[in-house]
Amino acid sequence: MDYFLNEDQLMIRDLARQIAEEKVVPVREELDEKEKFPWEIMKVLAQSDLFGLFIPEEYGGLGKGSLELAIAVEELSKACVGVSTTYAANALGTYPILLFGTDEQKKKYLPDIAAGKRLVAFGLTEANAGSDAGGIQTTARLDGDSYVLNGTKQWITNGGEAEIYTIIAITDRGKGARGASAFIVEKDTPGFTFGKKEKKMGIRCSATRELVFEDCRIPRENILAREGMGFIVAMKTLDSSRVGVGAQGLGVAQGALNEAIKFARQRVQFGHPIISFQAIQHMIADMATEIEAARALVYSVARFIDSGAKDVTKVSAMAKLFATDMGMRVTTNAVQVMGGSGYMKEYPVEKMMRDAKILQIYEGTNQIQRNVIAQNIIKEAAKGK
Amino acid sequence: MHIVVCIKQVPDTAEVRINQETGTLIREGVPSIINPYDMHAIEAALWIKEQKGGKVTVLTMGPPQAEAALREAISMGADDGVLLTGREFAGSDTLATSFSLASAIKKLQVDMVICGKQAIDGDTAQVGPEVAEFLNIPHISYVRKINEITDGGIKVERLMDEGFDLVESTLPVLLTVVRELNQPRLPSLKGKMNAKKAEIKKLGGPEIGAPTERLGFSGSPTQVKRIFTPEPRIGRSMIEGTPAEQVEALLKILIERKCV
Repeated sequence: MDYFLNEDQLMIRDLARQIAEEKVVPVREELDEKEKFPWEIMKVLAQSDLFGLFIPEEYGGLGKGSLELAIAVEELSKACVGVSTTYAANALGTYPILLFGTDEQKKKYLPDIAAGKRLVAFGLTEANAGSDAGGIQTTARLDGDSYVLNGTKQWITNGGEAEIYTIIAITDRGKGARGASAFIVEKDTPGFTFGKKEKKMGIRCSATRELVFEDCRIPRENILAREGMGFIVAMKTLDSSRVGVGAQGLGVAQGALNEAIKFARQRVQFGHPIISFQAIQHMIADMATEIEAARALVYSVARFIDSGAKDVTKVSAMAKLFATDMGMRVTTNAVQVMGGSGYMKEYPVEKMMRDAKILQIYEGTNQIQRNVIAQNIIKEAAKGK
Repeated sequence: MHIVVCIKQVPDTAEVRINQETGTLIREGVPSIINPYDMHAIEAALWIKEQKGGKVTVLTMGPPQAEAALREAISMGADDGVLLTGREFAGSDTLATSFSLASAIKKLQVDMVICGKQAIDGDTAQVGPEVAEFLNIPHISYVRKINEITDGGIKVERLMDEGFDLVESTLPVLLTVVRELNQPRLPSLKGKMNAKKAEIKKLGGPEIGAPTERLGFSGSPTQVKRIFTPEPRIGRSMIEGTPAEQVEALLKILIERKCV
């Protein structure tokens, strides 16, 4: 399908694809096996300017939008979702600064982020605050010219590796959802340490750690937006990033389908390549159709966000939901098409299937996405839209 | 520091097809790439520029479509591209090619010229050293490591069959480089955008001040009689089995044929 990408978008796609094929595919198995953080690949992405894609030109970026980012994430995800998670989590952590930072904050942080010199992480989730973000217990108390942070963030992607953290903490417990605020915390701030690296089912090269704040004192000017805006910062951030998770689902599905087709053309049973059997053909036809439908949705939503649309919550949730459920189905079916071989580590599809699972869980489980979509539909119905 | 990198656009295939009548390469229908050794030359120049500052110009001689190779080098970070092109250059052998490249380089103020050790289509490894001779500057071939660059000189390691030579030279100098030297970088997005806009300077024989009889066919003493793919040697036999069995079988054959 031709999605009428412009010259720059095609250039971004081709470069991301070249990096995925030349730099990621040869090492993905080792990165997965050894749970090795993909610093080498991050350096290549930095040198290629891909960290600056969605950052405005005045801050050293390329001034592109969600579609360009989605295209790059899709290409990297075809090769390895662990790598694309590391890359996309950097964008997730950057959105609070991009969307709500003051000019000083943007000048201070965005050029380094655009150059890939400093990696970013986003800290929202806690042990008792997952789907229910209202359960956050980390606090930030104003004390003179500083905020003092206390509490523990859990399962933070890029934790320990990133140098810049955007953190949601409670500034006024009495105000409920309006009592949260967002902050920028730099690595090596006294009182800020990391828990152990988590062992995971998939995306094993990406780093997932606890962030521990014990009387961690940060400058008052590190608050993003104002006190009480924390949940809005988090929700707007997720609205922007979810389409990127959809792009990951799209990429991993396409990567798995490509492997399945290659295998099915070579594997001979009953005297014929298995791709000549209708049972396999129908599976492949369904996989390809679902991928194309997801791509159409993800690209459309990304374009809608880039058009400056105000309310993108519902459609970005739809893109994430549809493309990642699809990613799980297609990777599972790729393993099925390849049978015993698909289940073995000699082929990449078992890893793709393990990696795809997280996409239905992180940045809001797909059950939460359905809640979000339904709530928006109810709201629209009430307004008579 | 102004560095000129000489590159060649070559067919992207190990199986080069030859026009039996003219003895030249058939380029039609074969995708083109930058000669892989030249990618290491480009990387070396960009690396030196990062260390010492300066400018990198890529130079090639070829048909108009060779411009794509220059743009690719610019997307990696080279500053300028110069294309020697025109009918007068057609049919050049290595002597005429080196003369043409050297004539163009003389027009630029250069501190260093870097070439790949050879091209994967012709495989002569002659053009780099010949360019240095025409420029009357020293050359160091098969560079596998650059140890030091000062304002007036360079220290490098030259790959040899057994080990390496430590070679020191004054500048300007011409280097030809091997794969061991570095890992060529991928293009960057900003580089690709620059490459799209870049103006490629196109020069013909008159612009480089070269007499026509020294260019192209007329400047090429090489006479190609015939180019052919050698017939595969016959009479091979494969020895199979465990390593121990293979050794035994091999020994038997060697003894039978009175080789040992």
